Amino acid sequence: MVAGCGQQSAPAPKPAEPAKPAEPPKPAEPEEIRIGSWQPFTGALAAGGAMNKEGIDMAFEQRPKILGKPVKVIFSDNKSDKVEAANSMARLIEQDKVVAVLGCYGSSLAIAGLNVSEKAGIPMIPDASNPLVTEGRKFVTRLNYQDPFAGKVMAKYAVDKLGAKTAAIIQDVAQDYSVGLAQFFRKEFTKLTNNPNSIVAFVSYNTGDQDFTAQLTFVKSKKPDVIFVPGYSADGALLAKQAREMGIKTPLVGGDAWEAPELVQIGGKAVEGLIFCSHFAVEAAKTDKAKKFIDDYRKKYNKDPNCYAALAYDAYNLVADKLEEIKVVDPVKLNTALRSTKNWEGVTGTISIDETGNPVKPAIIFQVKGGKFVYMDTIQPW
Amino acid sequence: MTLDMFLQHLTNAVSLGALYALVAIGYTMVYGILRLINFAHGTIFTIGAYAAFMGIAIFNLQWGITYILAICFTAVLGMATEKVAYKPLRDAPRISVLISAIGVSFLMENLLIIFFGGRPKPFFRPPIFTQVLEIGAIMIPVLSFAIIIVSAILLVALTYLLYRTKPGTAMRALANDFETARLMAIDVDKTVALTFMVGSSLAAVGGILWALKFPQINPTMGGFPGLKAFVAAVLGGIGSIPGATVGGLILGLCEIMLVAFLPNLSGYRDAVAFVALITVLLLKPTGLLGEKGQVKV
Repeated sequence: MVAGCGQQSAPAPKPAEPAKPAEPPKPAEPEEIRIGSWQPFTGALAAGGAMNKEGIDMAFEQRPKILGKPVKVIFSDNKSDKVEAANSMARLIEQDKVVAVLGCYGSSLAIAGLNVSEKAGIPMIPDASNPLVTEGRKFVTRLNYQDPFAGKVMAKYAVDKLGAKTAAIIQDVAQDYSVGLAQFFRKEFTKLTNNPNSIVAFVSYNTGDQDFTAQLTFVKSKKPDVIFVPGYSADGALLAKQAREMGIKTPLVGGDAWEAPELVQIGGKAVEGLIFCSHFAVEAAKTDKAKKFIDDYRKKYNKDPNCYAALAYDAYNLVADKLEEIKVVDPVKLNTALRSTKNWEGVTGTISIDETGNPVKPAIIFQVKGGKFVYMDTIQPW
Repeated sequence: MTLDMFLQHLTNAVSLGALYALVAIGYTMVYGILRLINFAHGTIFTIGAYAAFMGIAIFNLQWGITYILAICFTAVLGMATEKVAYKPLRDAPRISVLISAIGVSFLMENLLIIFFGGRPKPFFRPPIFTQVLEIGAIMIPVLSFAIIIVSAILLVALTYLLYRTKPGTAMRALANDFETARLMAIDVDKTVALTFMVGSSLAAVGGILWALKFPQINPTMGGFPGLKAFVAAVLGGIGSIPGATVGGLILGLCEIMLVAFLPNLSGYRDAVAFVALITVLLLKPTGLLGEKGQVKV
């Protein structure tokens, strides 16, 4: 049938034209492995997307081939917007035919996009911490710990190390990450202080808001021992600035999304002393693999790697390792392999994925000192 | 609530409201004269802030000079935009100009992303603007005074321009009747260009003050103030300059007082703007200070 068609459509040779030299047969184009990465490269969460990309870029440079086939990483900008997130995920799956998706940064965006990838059966490794990202999902594998743990860690740190008896919470009500963290912090803080009224103020803002004076005036009047602000880095910097300008000297405590250079660049002196949790610290890196990663990263980017670059680097390498393990480019089989990861050594630690798609990992505590993120503590899961 | 706390909230509200008002004035002026909802206003606002950022971060200029240059640059850019994107469509249906404005807005935003990247950048604050005055228990940033004073001066200057000068009279004539104004030997092109020049400079001043108050700039930063300015302008009666001022102040007051009196509802702060808008439009469709009369759309 195919041969028949070919014969039919072959043009009759025209004697008038000089015979063309026979073209050398084209080498069969090597089948490439397409890996997608959708990230917030613009908008409110842009810093997170850029940090993830640095990690993926480096991993790709070091490992441009998987199973002997060239890899193509396709980046897509979800513009920090939930609707755009679903669209850009659909583009990666339908047009670009990716075998797996790395990212994205930000729980609300991840949830919007993974409704698409879940249906299509494409495995995704998000850099998002809300429990809803993995709850009841089959195609999501996560390399970072979740909000319940981060919220507990920060509450414990506030009570044990800062001696806080009362706390105020300022959450970003438009972000699942922030709402989740706030909720788990509140639970743990009231439990640890043994006082159901120990959260003296619980107020909200919306992504994009830049004026926090009203919330801060209210919080100030309640005189809390600590203020928990589970938001993103640029918001945290602005909020810290406004708080210090209003004469609020209370310690500010946040979540892992504060770890971005923007926190210090924008916040300046106002962010000195801020405390937050993370997934990776240069100071806490013990394994050779992690040390090599830090060296390579410093050589390439001339700065220390942060947790988002490290997590994305791990995500790429885990996908590569699993593809080489199953020896076939198949999203479903890849997903099964990802979900059954046991004792895989990444740069952010040794990872075993449980039946819910989550790892169990310790939390790192950082404090801003002299414009730098200074390693304070490693807190093991309890 | 203590008196101190109330006064603190009130100062916060006036400071925020004045900033909204400032952005709304430029918005409403262009609409009032040309009946054009200038969707690019928010982007022009962003460009004003980026121009000031560049002056300091790249060319190392003194801040006062940078601001003036940024405002001039933005004014010229505003006029150029008008020449390229709106003038050829002057006789086309109004919807074409609206779409053109949206296009310009996207184009400029994306150019900013290409040149500066999507990540936010810190905006330099001259030391004078970082100081805070302590009056009793109330903390007032010096910048809040600056915003209120600048807004007031620009409001007076704009009113003077519109009602006491020849170009201003020409602008009002255009607002009244485009065709007849043209017949009365008014240089329409020049007057429209001037309108855009003034409107864009106002946007740039707004952008710079916004960046000083919230010292973080990114290419999409104009969306939020653009929306708030639109709401403020419609709330006060679109096309009316005192209306935009009142609208901006009311918006600031509503937002802050919601958080002050109902802190549990603080997440609904942005909704308040729209509830206020809908309420006013239901009771007085022309806005608070809007005049009755046929709107040429």
